[in-house]
Amino acid sequence: MAQWQPDPTFYPTARQAMEAPPEQLAYVVTLNTGGNGTSKPDALCVLDVESSSPSYGQVVGRVDMPNVGDELHHFGWNACSSALCPTAPHPHVERRYLLVPGLRSSRLHIVDTKPDPRQPKIVKVIEPSELTSNAGYSRPHTIHCGPDGIYVSALGGKEGDGGPGGIFVLDHDNFSVKGPWEADRGPQHLAYDFWWHLGHDTVITSEWGTPEMVENGVNPELLLAGKYGHQLHVWDLRTRRHLQALDLGPEQQMVLELRPSHDPNKTYGFVNAVVSLKDLSSSIWLWHRDNGTWKIQKVAEIPAEPAEADQLPPALQPFGAVPPLVSDINLSLDDRFLYVSCWGTGEFRQYDVSDPFNPKETGSIRLGGIVPRGGNGNGRSLNGGPQMVEVSRDGRRVYVTQLAVRLLGRAVLPGRDPRLGGQDRREPRGRAAGRPGLLRRVRGERPHQIRLEGGDSSSDSFCFPS
Amino acid sequence: MSLADPWPWLALAVLGAYHGVNPAMGWLFAVALGLQERRRAAVLQALVPIALGHEASIAVVVLLVRGIELVAAPETLRLVGAGALILFGLFKFARPRSHPRWVGMKVTSRDLVLWSFLMSSAHGAGLMLFPVLRRLPEEGHGHDLPGLALSGASVVQDVAAVLVHTLAMLVVMGAVAVLVYDRLGVGVLRRAWVNLDLLWAAAFVTAGAITLFT
Repeated sequence: MAQWQPDPTFYPTARQAMEAPPEQLAYVVTLNTGGNGTSKPDALCVLDVESSSPSYGQVVGRVDMPNVGDELHHFGWNACSSALCPTAPHPHVERRYLLVPGLRSSRLHIVDTKPDPRQPKIVKVIEPSELTSNAGYSRPHTIHCGPDGIYVSALGGKEGDGGPGGIFVLDHDNFSVKGPWEADRGPQHLAYDFWWHLGHDTVITSEWGTPEMVENGVNPELLLAGKYGHQLHVWDLRTRRHLQALDLGPEQQMVLELRPSHDPNKTYGFVNAVVSLKDLSSSIWLWHRDNGTWKIQKVAEIPAEPAEADQLPPALQPFGAVPPLVSDINLSLDDRFLYVSCWGTGEFRQYDVSDPFNPKETGSIRLGGIVPRGGNGNGRSLNGGPQMVEVSRDGRRVYVTQLAVRLLGRAVLPGRDPRLGGQDRREPRGRAAGRPGLLRRVRGERPHQIRLEGGDSSSDSFCFPS
Repeated sequence: MSLADPWPWLALAVLGAYHGVNPAMGWLFAVALGLQERRRAAVLQALVPIALGHEASIAVVVLLVRGIELVAAPETLRLVGAGALILFGLFKFARPRSHPRWVGMKVTSRDLVLWSFLMSSAHGAGLMLFPVLRRLPEEGHGHDLPGLALSGASVVQDVAAVLVHTLAMLVVMGAVAVLVYDRLGVGVLRRAWVNLDLLWAAAFVTAGAITLFT
């Protein structure tokens, strides 16, 4: 019921959130990839991540979705530190519910993590019909707890498999779908991720594709024609109007994960472009404000790695190279380290982005990939590389999903030793790399997004500067 | 105007001070704006527009009450006021976190006045003054002479009531804002922001009941 003090997981500033106690549980969505037959649903799994626990690294709880084929994506919390924002504060709400969207099904599951955080329960399911009738969208993707409600991005429009995708808002008390967020979408049509600079009333959205462009896998014809997303959109959070489109160029295909600076006073952020049609490279781009207008520039490029044709899947054989296919990036709460997950090459990188215009690579480890190079690669499956990455609030633990969820140990000690790897690139210093194969016993499932108990580096928004 | 009975005036000031302490009513916004600009002066500059918005919200209720007095019997006003208080209290019980949707941290002074007006109104700041307004000495309010209710003395008294309330709010809000900005830091919110939502809702129902039965 009503809480006497603000939820202890709410922090006014990102810097203060770094002093939060270590998480003991992690929540991971797992997708039934067909290996379990077609009759098994996706699930939300609970992992014990407290290192001294006897069940450390094991799945200690699980909630199956009520339907089959949801394709769960970037779920998030009902409330976070933005509840302390001074404009419309609601500090005594609890960080309690996980909102778990089904990208393919357009269903939105509300999962209660109390009273037992290890045994969460589904308390409400928003059906696609409510989503389309109230908001005019389908295919929900990313959740962010906003200052005045819960914001959700969606890839699809009202009918069929086309666009435009956009953002809709849920009531943060009763989870009803309030409606579409945009007052004027300008030229924006494709959608994927979104986040904001709360101190500057600015929303940034990114582009992937409409449902018909992504639900049957990436379409090579569209890809080679540069039809997938290659722009960011800048919006006014107050007026909900489109302000600017920032084009990375049509050769940059699929511009995905948005990681704005956590400090609301700063005006920059990072986004990954998955693949360049020119040379198969991936790249990290920086958007920033300059004299009142927003600009974007490439700040890091990760080249494709040459490989023998017989090591490559047929689609890549003509190129003789493995594209890095950066699938996720994550920024530590002090805006200092950026983690980059190269799904294709299996490389996992750390950059020091203290100077956001000049990221410095400070670490790299190998975690599988299309062509294995040490590490835990299996070389057989495209799914083997690091995919989604999450950073603990204190910045000391990094979680990566691949075939298995892998705890990278004390990967980062901000200010002391920014190296990720060390001599043994497989096992970051300090601790063993978790317990390999954490989720492998759940056959036929692929883990996707991770959320950490109490919050993490991509699910909280702060209104007060550090 | 008479100050013979100090209680209504004290109640006006205490309620003002209560809003002043409440982070949701303005001081926190002022501190945030100061932190945004890294200027203490920005904190102070935000206080007056916030107080003005609050004052406007109060003034609307005062005008409403005196307006009803002009056209209706005191008994009707009492019942309407009691009903409004109880209903508002029940609503606050049902949805204690309801508030106007406001996003926007880049604000002008005019925005701040509007923001404060909306938040104060949604909080029921003016409505809560209804029992107090009724208890102000009635020498200015000629209830037995409808049409003459708005005598000069009563207007002065009402203006004074709004000012006392708003000044108390401004002084306390300013003190808390400066204390937090200069010394405590916003981290204090994590412990000090106690949940008075239900107490506030109960206060409305109680005030309504008292108005109804006295």
